[in-house]
Amino acid sequence: MIYAILRRFGQMLFVMFGISVIVFLIFFATPGADPAARIAGRNASSEVLAAVRHSFGFDQPLYVQYTRMMEKIFVTGDLTSFVNRGWKVVPAVMDSIPVTLSLVFGAAVLWVMVSIIIGIVAAATRDSWLDKLLMALGLLGISMPVYWLGEVMNLITQSRYHDSWAFSWVPPLGYKNFSDDPKGWFLTLVIPWITLAILYIGIYGRVLRAAIIESMQEDYIRTARAKGLSEARILFRHALRTSLIAFVTLFGLDFGALVGGSALLTEVVFGLHGIGKLTYDALQNLDLPMIMATVMYASMFVVIANAVVDFIYILLDPRLRAS
Amino acid sequence: MILSVRDLRVSFRTHDGPVRAIDGVSFDLGESEILGVVGESGSGKTVSLLAVMGLITDPNATIEGSIRYKGRELVGLPPRELRRLRGNEIAMIFQDPMTALTPVYMIGWQIAEQIRAHRGVSKSKAMERVEQLLAEVNFPNPHEAMSRYPHQLSGGMRQRAVIAMALSCDPALLVADEPTTALDVTVQAGILDLVRKLRAKHKSAVVFITHDMGVVSELADRVMVMYAGRVVERGTRTELFSDPRHPYTRALLGSIPPLTGQKPRRLPAIPGSPPSLLRLPQGCAFGPRCPVHYEPCEASKPGLGSGAHAAACFRVAQA
Repeated sequence: MIYAILRRFGQMLFVMFGISVIVFLIFFATPGADPAARIAGRNASSEVLAAVRHSFGFDQPLYVQYTRMMEKIFVTGDLTSFVNRGWKVVPAVMDSIPVTLSLVFGAAVLWVMVSIIIGIVAAATRDSWLDKLLMALGLLGISMPVYWLGEVMNLITQSRYHDSWAFSWVPPLGYKNFSDDPKGWFLTLVIPWITLAILYIGIYGRVLRAAIIESMQEDYIRTARAKGLSEARILFRHALRTSLIAFVTLFGLDFGALVGGSALLTEVVFGLHGIGKLTYDALQNLDLPMIMATVMYASMFVVIANAVVDFIYILLDPRLRAS
Repeated sequence: MILSVRDLRVSFRTHDGPVRAIDGVSFDLGESEILGVVGESGSGKTVSLLAVMGLITDPNATIEGSIRYKGRELVGLPPRELRRLRGNEIAMIFQDPMTALTPVYMIGWQIAEQIRAHRGVSKSKAMERVEQLLAEVNFPNPHEAMSRYPHQLSGGMRQRAVIAMALSCDPALLVADEPTTALDVTVQAGILDLVRKLRAKHKSAVVFITHDMGVVSELADRVMVMYAGRVVERGTRTELFSDPRHPYTRALLGSIPPLTGQKPRRLPAIPGSPPSLLRLPQGCAFGPRCPVHYEPCEASKPGLGSGAHAAACFRVAQA
């Protein structure tokens, strides 16, 4: 077991190394580009330019440049972009991480719980009006673009009905630190959580329903019935467990991607300065060190989420434990 | 009488019209008797026993007739009551041991689950019983086997585990649906031995579904041959093998290679294929494939008659 975990950890490091090399090559080794000028900032003096060139190793071979870059991100943490304005990259990323994590983690808790309930109820009442209603609502949730839904949510809770009893508790847009103001943290995030979760509730509810219905056709379900077990026990103990495998796969991919920056639209709509927003701004300005750092961060989360999914697989399915 | 089935009819609604999978099947089963049910795929042998178990869950199915277990009518019994019998008094062994067990739970847990569903015993008591059962079905190391997952066992071992599970509550009636079909021949012999031994020990009545005449000749006390949803011949094993009356039974027996004497160059096969249940002929369903087929067979379906050894054939009635 420990060996398997260590091996998985080694694989993670290897994948992250690969990603870092590719991203580095794309942005720093593209022919004709002058990264030094980009990093030094607009109208930088020739002294600053020379200093940047020296400090990033742009006058040396590529592998030295790569090593310097990684050193600045992970070891010294003093990676600076727009040097003449003194923009430190690592603290900017560190400040954005809690925002995105809070947003995505809360939404994930919400969507996992609600979609499991919806999937089970729909599968158990298969082909009834309730099943059809839930699936139609799920489809509706999937079809609503998150930026539109977010704006509508804002329109309702921030302006039109803000003064009504229903939404007067909703604080203005923005993020509050959990450590400073836990209640404010929670209240500002409730609407973003719901907005982000609705899409995934639709997808996951439908996926789980389909997986449960598929499991219910298996021979071992017939065995379970022949054993004289109750329908509820058959559903929860025998069908659900095997159905969760597809669910977990999907969750690992989505969670990793969202934490890595895919929650951008939600972040923008609700004025949350998270990783998505940071990456987006960096791309707008071709802020190379910032891109490098956010991509490294994102890849780290995708890789970690995938490793966690692999462990959950092993817990769910003993057939995977042998190898 | 443990089980008494009268005029059982099962039909399914389909896009192409109703399909009558079982059309008036009747049989009786005495205590600790082994009834062999023979027939090819689609003859309705499995469906009729699933109906007995109350395991036809298809909402498009309708079940008519009477199924009495120890005098108690099972058709129309509320699901709760039926569930109390299932696994407890009536147990079933399935065809494919590879897929019959839930892949994510240990063998011991799965057997104990059934015991605990019907008997109010503690977990450790149930586990003790599981170990005993696994020893009974010849697991070399029952204690260790309890913590095995299904994929860690061979097909034969899995089928033994399924049998142990079926026996866990000492059922009065055991339904075995082709339990040896998916196994190697040597493993088959072991399983048949086991069924025979356990019948003697637990005094369960057994319905053994198979398409293998060889298995029937080894195991069954009485035999029932099915074709296109109807019983075409019934009798004791000796009667059926020494004096087969229905042309279909004769054809089935004729397709077994003889152990002694000269072997035929080619084994005789029954010409044609079983009829579609959607378009059954008005007369005898075996008519189109029957070597002794004549006019009366076209007009109506022959009845089985009431004798202990009976065949549903006009030629037999005539003779």
